[in-house]
Amino acid sequence: MPVLELREVTKVFPGVIANDRVSMTLERGEIVALLGENGAGKSTLMNVVYGLLSPDHGEILLDGKPTKIRSPRQAIDHGIGMVHQHFMLVEPLTVTENIVLGREPGRFGIIDFSDARAKVAALSKRYGLKIDPDARIMDLSVGMQQRVEILKALYQGAGVLILDEPTAVLTPQEVRELFAVVQSLVAEGLSVVFITHKLEEVMAVADRIIVMRGGAVVGETRPSETDAIGLARMMVGRDVVLSIEKGAATCGDTVLDVVELQVKDDRGLDAVAGVTFNVCGGEIVAIAGVSGNGQSELIDAIVGLRTPSAGSIALKGVDITHASARASIEAGVSHIPEDRHRRGLVLEFDLAENLVLGDHRSAPYASHGFMKPRVVAEMARTRIADYDIRTPSEKVLASSMSGGNQQKVVVAREIGRDPELLVAAQPTRGLDVGAIEFVHKQILAAREAGKGVLLIRLELEEILSLADRILVMYEGRIVREFAGGEADAETLGYHMTGGGGSKLDEGAQTEPAGSAPSEGEVVR
Amino acid sequence: MSESREEIPVQRPWMAIAQKVGTPILSAALAIAIGSFIMWISGYDALAAYSALFKGALGGPKQIGDTILRATPLIFTGLAVAYGFRAGLFNIGAEGQLFMGGLAAAALGVFLVGQPWILVVPALLIASALAGAAWAFIPALLKARIGAHEVITTMMFTYIARYLVSWLVVGPLKAEGQIPQTEALMPEAQLPRIQGLFSEGALEAFPFLNLGRAHLGIVVAIIVAVIVWLILKYTTLGYENRAVGFNAFASETAGISVQWTTVKALCISGALAGLAGSVEVMGVHHRIFDQFSSGFGFTGIAVALLAKNHPLGVIPAALLFGALSAGAGTMQLEAHVPQKIILIIQALVIFFVAAEEIILWFVRRRQKEAMSHAG
Ligand SMILES: Nc1ncnc2c1ncn2[C@@H]1O[C@H](COP(=O)(O)OP(=O)(O)OP(=O)(O)O)[C@@H](O)[C@H]1O
Ligand SMILES: [Mg+2]
Repeated sequence: MPVLELREVTKVFPGVIANDRVSMTLERGEIVALLGENGAGKSTLMNVVYGLLSPDHGEILLDGKPTKIRSPRQAIDHGIGMVHQHFMLVEPLTVTENIVLGREPGRFGIIDFSDARAKVAALSKRYGLKIDPDARIMDLSVGMQQRVEILKALYQGAGVLILDEPTAVLTPQEVRELFAVVQSLVAEGLSVVFITHKLEEVMAVADRIIVMRGGAVVGETRPSETDAIGLARMMVGRDVVLSIEKGAATCGDTVLDVVELQVKDDRGLDAVAGVTFNVCGGEIVAIAGVSGNGQSELIDAIVGLRTPSAGSIALKGVDITHASARASIEAGVSHIPEDRHRRGLVLEFDLAENLVLGDHRSAPYASHGFMKPRVVAEMARTRIADYDIRTPSEKVLASSMSGGNQQKVVVAREIGRDPELLVAAQPTRGLDVGAIEFVHKQILAAREAGKGVLLIRLELEEILSLADRILVMYEGRIVREFAGGEADAETLGYHMTGGGGSKLDEGAQTEPAGSAPSEGEVVR
Repeated sequence: MSESREEIPVQRPWMAIAQKVGTPILSAALAIAIGSFIMWISGYDALAAYSALFKGALGGPKQIGDTILRATPLIFTGLAVAYGFRAGLFNIGAEGQLFMGGLAAAALGVFLVGQPWILVVPALLIASALAGAAWAFIPALLKARIGAHEVITTMMFTYIARYLVSWLVVGPLKAEGQIPQTEALMPEAQLPRIQGLFSEGALEAFPFLNLGRAHLGIVVAIIVAVIVWLILKYTTLGYENRAVGFNAFASETAGISVQWTTVKALCISGALAGLAGSVEVMGVHHRIFDQFSSGFGFTGIAVALLAKNHPLGVIPAALLFGALSAGAGTMQLEAHVPQKIILIIQALVIFFVAAEEIILWFVRRRQKEAMSHAG
């Protein structure tokens, strides 16, 4: 008997049928991958299971019994845990506090923290989820935050674990670790539903694959019965070009010139310790590195969010070392921020308002301090059509869009501005294969048009296929430079970790040394 | 799938508006209902109380005028607090800015003698707005520069303003005579009563124009509310104000100066509160003294909450609070229910607006029931 079964679940939002009579099952000890385009209804379906949304129709059966799940609380009581696409942790609290939140051990409202810590420690040991129980969430990397989310679900006694795009924000190394954890969970009898856009991952870990499109289930298959191309076709309904065709770079004038740049992080330490490089027009330069090696601070300095402590930055020969974010936008720098919810979007704004963010003070969208709503709306409709943003209209709030479509809004705005330099951090995060193809085409088009592109990406696959030049960053310095065709994932990985003395060793131990797949294999 | 497409409910504009307006109205209704329950268990006749309240607030043109009179400063302070909220700022010190605005009007008004009405009134209004803005400027700067929380600083500045006025009206600005107050404003510095604009004949022909003490400040208030609404909706200033209020990080990334926006927002908020002070001085008391404001700055917070920070919503919200306080006297007089019960009702209104989720929960449950009955 399946541990979880959905029958004809339907969920309607104003203007959209997010779930259209969806039926599916999940067996004990099974990993089901939920696949589908951006806006296909995957998150909505899982939010229904988790009690965050109530279905308009249909029923949910747990162990064969029809069950009404009215709130996450009830879902948890029924042994369902969920890790969301956008994490839901309380930033200033510690790992332990976050995990026990809502289920604090202790009596009479007094929390027994030593008990809580012990329980958290035991869980993290049992499943190989290494974490410091006393660290504050805001000090943790995204990969670590995700561990906290998973631990939280396990602490609450989840038997069914839902992971909504767990790998979108992880490094290849972290992805490998996550899969090891998932495997050990199902070995213990848990069941996992996991949503992703990465077809290779699906092929690697799923027992069964359910594909959704336009709110409905359009197919079900197994890894042994298909391949990445077949999956992509099922998802998008057409053939998708998974590999990138691009001509040789034509290096024009220097667009970005960074000299001996030093940038301090929030704690006042040198995060960028003397970096020199340039990007010329018609070139895509990628920065590869394990997160926390100064990439974020480097981007911040270039886009004017952080003042360098030494060195200089020039855009097309004009010094922008101390330019504000506004001056840097006006000079022609576009920025796709790493975290769309924190820096990319105003979730409470509608789509049109979000698409004009950053251009809202200049012609043609404003003049003499007045906005021009008609011009803005028209631009928004063009972008929605051009970038295939799935939404009923430009008046929809960003918060009610699917994660991938939110990302498309940021990409559309930043590329649509037609910048001199595009600084793109994780530009395809959370996008489906069709949308990734499209964004890649846009980035290449910017390159053809003689613009400079600076790409920061954790996933080496994308770096290897897009970049004309790859700079490897380690501990605040550029330690190696490769021409696009010259590098492979293994060499990159080697240099990213300091050329042998590896930061990643602790995680790698979860797999036998010889058979560890290379970064490239996991993502290919 | 194609056949089911037609069933997709579309979000129509009126639905969105109904949703926005619905909770405040429900909140007010619930508060009044619970208020009557409280009166009943305290042994009062709730029906008599409410009918007296109604009579005192809306029973005739004079009473309506009284409601308008009390709503006028509340529109300004409500706008002040709402504008701040829209930038993510809680200007709890509108009362202090109101005092400074009132002081500017009262102090300048006695000097500008001999000038025509058409010059003096706008000049005093502008002066009081500037005074209110100036009073908010230092807290704004402290917030932007060193992150000092505006709740603390604007509150402290309220005390300073009040004691400053207390001292001035017994000291340097004291008028002749026993009472600690400033000199009266010349007629050309006053906001005239509405009924004063019409001839005896007109008033007799149209008795509803006998609006008692209500003055032209209400017209200014409504114009300013519309201007604030336009600013928020159609200007880059308002756009940036809202952007920073919702997500300061994304705003910063988009090149909006969060600090500068904060300063502007708090100063504009202060200017609006300052106007509340001048309409009280120019329209009601014609001078300033210690107790010239009955906490309009603080009630403004409640007004903004009830209006859900919408500049146009502030007008009906202020009128409701104005009506409650206008009717309170009659209620005590005729139904012998203590005026304080009005404060309880006001508090309940705020409680229910703030606890919108509770109301939404009721609504959703009703909707669900309705749906399960239908299908
Ligand atoms: N709260 C909401 N209000 C209105 N519409 C919504 C809401 N949440 C989701 N939708 C709509 O429902 C549809 C399905 O969204 P959902 O988030 O489930 O997509 P998804 O499959 O998870 O996509 P992605 O891969 O981009 O995360 C989308 O069209 C989205 O705009
Ligand atoms: Mg999603």
